[in-house]
Amino acid sequence: MRTLFSENILSPSPTPAPQSNPFELLFPSSISTASSADSTQSSPTQNEWLTQHLQNQQRTESETANQANYAANGQQAPNVRRKGNPKMLFMGLRRSGKSSIQKVVFEKLSPADTLFLEPTSRIGTVKMQSFITFESVELPHQLSATTPDFDHHAVFSHIGAVIWVLDVQDEYLTSISEMIQTAVFLAENYPRVNFEVFIHKTDGLSEEYKYETFREVRQRVQDELSDLGHGDRSVSYFQTSIFDHSIFEAMSKVVQRLLPQLPAMEALLNKLCSTCGIQKAYLFDTMSKIYVATDASPTFLKDYEVCSDYVDVIVDIKQIYGWHGQDGEGKAVSERRNQDDGDIGESMVTYDRSGDTYIYAREINDYLSLICVMGKGSTTNKRVLIDYNVGILHDALLQVFKV
Amino acid sequence: MSTTERSKRQKQRKVLLMGRSGAGKSSMRSIIFSNYVAKDVRRLGATVDVEHSNIRFMGNLMLNLWDCGGQDSFVESYLSNQRSHVFSSVAVLIFVFDISSKVAASDMVSFADTIRALHEFSPNSKIFVLIHKMDLVPGEQKARALQQKAHDVRTTCEDEGFLGQQVEFWATSIWDQSLYKAWTQVIYFLVPNATVIENMLEKLAELLDARELILYERTTCLVVTHVTRGSEGRNPYTDRFERISSILKTHKHSMAKHTGTMASEVSFAEMQIKTGEFMFFITRLTENTNLAVVMPGDEAAFNAARVNVQLARQEFAHLDIMEKKGKEVQRQADTRGSAPGEDDVDTISSQARLS
Repeated sequence: MRTLFSENILSPSPTPAPQSNPFELLFPSSISTASSADSTQSSPTQNEWLTQHLQNQQRTESETANQANYAANGQQAPNVRRKGNPKMLFMGLRRSGKSSIQKVVFEKLSPADTLFLEPTSRIGTVKMQSFITFESVELPHQLSATTPDFDHHAVFSHIGAVIWVLDVQDEYLTSISEMIQTAVFLAENYPRVNFEVFIHKTDGLSEEYKYETFREVRQRVQDELSDLGHGDRSVSYFQTSIFDHSIFEAMSKVVQRLLPQLPAMEALLNKLCSTCGIQKAYLFDTMSKIYVATDASPTFLKDYEVCSDYVDVIVDIKQIYGWHGQDGEGKAVSERRNQDDGDIGESMVTYDRSGDTYIYAREINDYLSLICVMGKGSTTNKRVLIDYNVGILHDALLQVFKV
Repeated sequence: MSTTERSKRQKQRKVLLMGRSGAGKSSMRSIIFSNYVAKDVRRLGATVDVEHSNIRFMGNLMLNLWDCGGQDSFVESYLSNQRSHVFSSVAVLIFVFDISSKVAASDMVSFADTIRALHEFSPNSKIFVLIHKMDLVPGEQKARALQQKAHDVRTTCEDEGFLGQQVEFWATSIWDQSLYKAWTQVIYFLVPNATVIENMLEKLAELLDARELILYERTTCLVVTHVTRGSEGRNPYTDRFERISSILKTHKHSMAKHTGTMASEVSFAEMQIKTGEFMFFITRLTENTNLAVVMPGDEAAFNAARVNVQLARQEFAHLDIMEKKGKEVQRQADTRGSAPGEDDVDTISSQARLS
């Protein structure tokens, strides 16, 4: 599979024995010069000391990290968890919708079919190989993460974000108290793990009630956390439902916080938007329909909806007429030639009323595409300019990912 | 097809939509003609008596759709005191069977009564039997259930004196593109000048060197006809026309939602999709139709094709008003359609290659 990340970043870390891998990467350079044979033969006491040393180091790092922003943090102190795939851990009470979210987002299950999912009883991993390899793990509710005999190192040490799914249509007070326990546990032991709260199943609730509960949950969690001395910990809250686009939007934001390249991409998109009169631009991961970056203008769900629907249109039509590449040898060659020219797919829709271009799409590579909602006045005779500018953005993006 | 037969068909554009109450008649009508999406139809109530709707299709084709409420009392009245009113001069009867129906036997009896009345007043009409709600049947049983139903229906039809070719079967569901497939067949049967359009499109396709042309109606997104050339005939997606209908319809909805307008008002002037392998664009052809063109991946040919389709518009405009003059305009259009078109292709493509 072709990706823009260089091999060492994207390749799934060779399933390390969870105990040894963090050491290797966090060793101060002086120690790491010691041969690996030494470190494996080292006495258990030495290992213990190393663990403590490691934890202290992590804690001090995380305190500074709290002020700095995440992406910058990832670059300043490259940590094993920042590298590689964004990994997410879903937690929550039973029947809160953890499996459904995974199935809908990563396996493209129809939302209506999630009704028939069996309860999850073991830790399961879902992988999605796309532009970015997403990995999501689900922790069944019976396994309480905070009990001392639980092997939390194996679970949490490689996780980028913990997503707590809260069923808003259920009695959510128990969920909140467990959530707070988990949040505190994470803040104390794994401070680098992002904590996100999905206030889930908001479909079918009235706007007012939705907003009320959202605020209540948020207030309650924030209060409790600051009472316990973790008020500085940033927790983000999302209202989600698998029956509309809100779950994709929320997942996008979660994923974005795990990407070190985010600021660079955002800056590029901002420039493009201001120069080309674009209302809103998204960089989509074409397969999952998660957007990995957007420009700084305010985000509305409906912009995302129209863009994500348009991705569907393109993908579907490409599927119908793109069958030539599958059999003909000659076709495949010509396609490759076209890609070398930088002439990759682009698409646009123009509307009757004004003659303005409405949506403009361009593939960056097989898995990543730029979708823009155009502003007023982007008529066809400005197309050439826009094409040129997007071409520059395209090259720049390729450089961002070519580490 | 003889002229007399065609003109008769043009007069008879009455389409009856019948079937048991709750079979899904109004649901499919709303989806096809009124821009509903599948999940919206649960808001619909039962149809009382007959709901008439007139739908302009391709300018000269006016569909007079009779959505007949399916409750027993109404059906009884259609078959007794309204019998001649309802069943006279019918072009097409669309009868909807609910595959999940608990009373299949009585459905069949009511079907037999209906077509007996139809045979009495309009013996030349065509019957489309839609076996609906196929999504409720588990995958492995689908083929068997369908076969069984089709067999039953066919014997009933033959008993009532309808020949085999007068009856067509389609398995449908509002949750996938099968509904569009069935309705496309209905429309294709009703469009009076389908062969003329096809001839003209074939010429156009040759001029553009297109892989495929699809002509579809603007508001309903139903495919009127299509022309496939060369290797595109081997396209493994044989249901691609319905798929495109369904894709475009969905797109229209998302657009309507975004711009805050009515779904019926949304219509794009142009859509382009370019990839290395193929180029695809949709643009307006006549007042009521859009043309989708699939081209090989060549930028110059693509731009030439866009201009040529624009130029071809006025030739196709005749189709919409062809009603009275008939053959004469047709011939004119044929000759004119090719002559200027050819020149344009030459000049434009050479220009494009120069630049």
